[in-house]
Amino acid sequence: MADANAPKPSSSVKLVLLGEAAVGKSSLVLRFVNNDFQENKEPTIGAAFLTQKCNLPTRTIKFEIWDTAGQERFASLAPMYYRNAQAALVVYDLTKPTSLIKAKHWVAELQRQASPGIVIALVGNKLDLTGEGGAGQDGSEGAEGEEAGDARKITTEEAQSYAEEEGLLFFETSAKTGHNVTEVFTAIANAIPETSLKSTRGAGASSMANRGGDEQRVNLNGPREAAKEGCAC
Amino acid sequence: MGKEDVASSGIADGEERPPPLPPRPSPAAIVGKPTTALSSMNIQTLSFPDGSRGTFSTTNDNGPASSDPVSSSADQGIADLGFSAATRGSRINDIDESMSIMSFAPTLRPPGDLESLLIGDGDMSKKSPAWVLLRSQSAIVQPFESTSPEQATFSASFAREFQDIPDESEQSWPDEDRIRLWKSKLKHYMILSSAGKPIYSRHGDLALINSSMGVVQTIISFYEGAKNPLQGFTAGDARFVIATRGPLYFVAISKLRESDSELRAQLDALYMQILSTLTLPALTNIFANRPSTDLRKPLQGTESLLSSLADSFTRGSPSALLGALECLRLRKSHRLAINNAFLKTRADKLLYGLIVAGGKLVSVIRPRRHSLHPSDLQLIFNMLFESGGIKSGGGENWIPLCLPAFNNRGYLYMYVSFLDGQPPEQGLAEESVSVDEQIAIILISPDKESFFALQQMRDDVVAELKKRGHLDIIKAAAQKGRPTVHEIAPGTHINHFLFKSRANVQFCMPSLQPSFSSLITHRRLVTLYSHLHAAVHAKHSHLKVLHCVNVDSTSLAWVTPIFELYCVAGPNTSRSVMTQGANKIIQWAKREEERLFIIGGGVF
Repeated sequence: MADANAPKPSSSVKLVLLGEAAVGKSSLVLRFVNNDFQENKEPTIGAAFLTQKCNLPTRTIKFEIWDTAGQERFASLAPMYYRNAQAALVVYDLTKPTSLIKAKHWVAELQRQASPGIVIALVGNKLDLTGEGGAGQDGSEGAEGEEAGDARKITTEEAQSYAEEEGLLFFETSAKTGHNVTEVFTAIANAIPETSLKSTRGAGASSMANRGGDEQRVNLNGPREAAKEGCAC
Repeated sequence: MGKEDVASSGIADGEERPPPLPPRPSPAAIVGKPTTALSSMNIQTLSFPDGSRGTFSTTNDNGPASSDPVSSSADQGIADLGFSAATRGSRINDIDESMSIMSFAPTLRPPGDLESLLIGDGDMSKKSPAWVLLRSQSAIVQPFESTSPEQATFSASFAREFQDIPDESEQSWPDEDRIRLWKSKLKHYMILSSAGKPIYSRHGDLALINSSMGVVQTIISFYEGAKNPLQGFTAGDARFVIATRGPLYFVAISKLRESDSELRAQLDALYMQILSTLTLPALTNIFANRPSTDLRKPLQGTESLLSSLADSFTRGSPSALLGALECLRLRKSHRLAINNAFLKTRADKLLYGLIVAGGKLVSVIRPRRHSLHPSDLQLIFNMLFESGGIKSGGGENWIPLCLPAFNNRGYLYMYVSFLDGQPPEQGLAEESVSVDEQIAIILISPDKESFFALQQMRDDVVAELKKRGHLDIIKAAAQKGRPTVHEIAPGTHINHFLFKSRANVQFCMPSLQPSFSSLITHRRLVTLYSHLHAAVHAKHSHLKVLHCVNVDSTSLAWVTPIFELYCVAGPNTSRSVMTQGANKIIQWAKREEERLFIIGGGVF
């Protein structure tokens, strides 16, 4: 990744993951960032902050990812993470109907409270449990084969039509097999308007802090980020 | 069970005052082994010319004790420590009592008079071949080498202690088998609400053990109703200890012969973990509004923290036992420089800053008015190093938590970064390192919006430490691990010790290698320490020095206002050899004090 980003413009995108507990938010991020998967991962406490670059043909996007904990008691902290976010991944477990309901609540909250231009992707995770996930790589999405051993409880159509209504990106993924994971992040990177990227160039890192009264911190961050990018080359 | 006794006397001071009374026997000891009094005649106490005493049991194994089903329980061996038997004897049996007092008394008579206290003849002369043989072997025999059948049973069941019980979905496991497996665990922790709703159990899913929880709740509330809360009871070889904290009942069930106070401290730690998740006002509110609330929902996701805390107690944690922390051994000048680098980069919003390597404290910075409480640090260390939730995620973490001993009413926000878990572009990627060597930077702030300020501080601290080579020093010290006893006190026969500096609330200990590195010998070692600890801290005991002789170990506890020292050697180690070793350790600890302990830390 490091070889390609020198000539291309690079920008930071703040992305937040939301969704019910144990749907696989951390696993998706772990797959995206480290290309790794852990069985029986312990629950996230609070939130984890990770970064990962995503190379597009014309530019490099540096994702600053907030992987939040899904438990109810952390819900009140969520605004802190989605405030000023340019992208959100709302994750549900496609073997668990309640998780889609929760996901819809998150979408509604984001549309109400988050920045107006936020790109939201609805992601149904755990495709490997449906019998169609691991083996059939592409083109299996449409097939509604309710086979034996298929734990799927939410059909692709149901979620897809909801996503279209609300204007969300939609993917079904498996963090376990890696199916569709990078595609989600690439699609988000592509969907972020060029204009919003420019405006966030310097402030990305400190976007969580109050941007208005923070001129000094933005200045401090500038040279540091530049130095880091230099190292990575 | 005639294989134990105790001999104790003041080594430090030879004052002419009545000898301290032996510690009170724990109720567990009395009820657990009702027939021990019968064993008194099997014990022979000897005093030797060098002032040491030894105890031997005759080979009479057909006494009633050996056929007693209770005393042949699985965990017999580890719990057979000198003091409990002696105290039992002294209360129950007259012969034993006279013997105990004799052996406690600072004697002015020549040793020869004591020699045949019970045997009453001169068979054991000063140059008894048996004794010569024994002494020549004393350094060779390691503690806990004996393997009695009871010991083997214990070892087998303890080895299975941490295996999961199959859950409901597994067809091949009928409920009876799962219950049997559940009952075979040596240690249980249960948490339930005062309305009887189960909240947590270390072993077994709550559906499986619901009825057992119900029984426990009924028993507790019966006494609660009588305004005479139940503290604990013994059933068979299991000790039940109950702690009521606000609207919650905590129950520990142990077959490991732990003392009540130790078990209660463990339950308190579990309570602190719950407070750390919810805060006290939130917990109180939940139950004030709806006493029948199911607390599992608000606590969702913290089961692994409770379990890792519980398991660290079951495995045996010197830190929890002593209520103290362990620090990474560093030169004073290095620690000072690290503190200064840490202070220099301090963010405005910082409350506490910690650098931790492999569960050992490297540096602390704190406001002048506040110090960190060990029980709070125990929760943080458990979260970071024992349970996998934080480490495995990679990246940095921002964790709201309540530190109950600091303030149980509100949340603080903790920034955590493991230095080996960084993304490669940060230039900190390192080869994968074991848990013992992971370096974590922990920054705690009362401001929930201060993540990026603390992240900046982390970057600055790391840059500063790297620039001056301190990061490598920390890494090297963490890799080196604890020193061995022989490096500390060359030539000593002592195999292991715990040294606690009371003023600093910190402790140090030598490497557990090679004798105590296995799960089972470690547990036996900690059990021995916990018995020593309980004996010297028993109410009204006023003990300064306790010397215990047991069939498979010799141990010494030495308590002063400044330090507590507990050391363990093989059986047959004479008291004078123990004392010499202990003195060497004390001298070492005194000499190295500023390397071993963080004194004050960086204050701002």
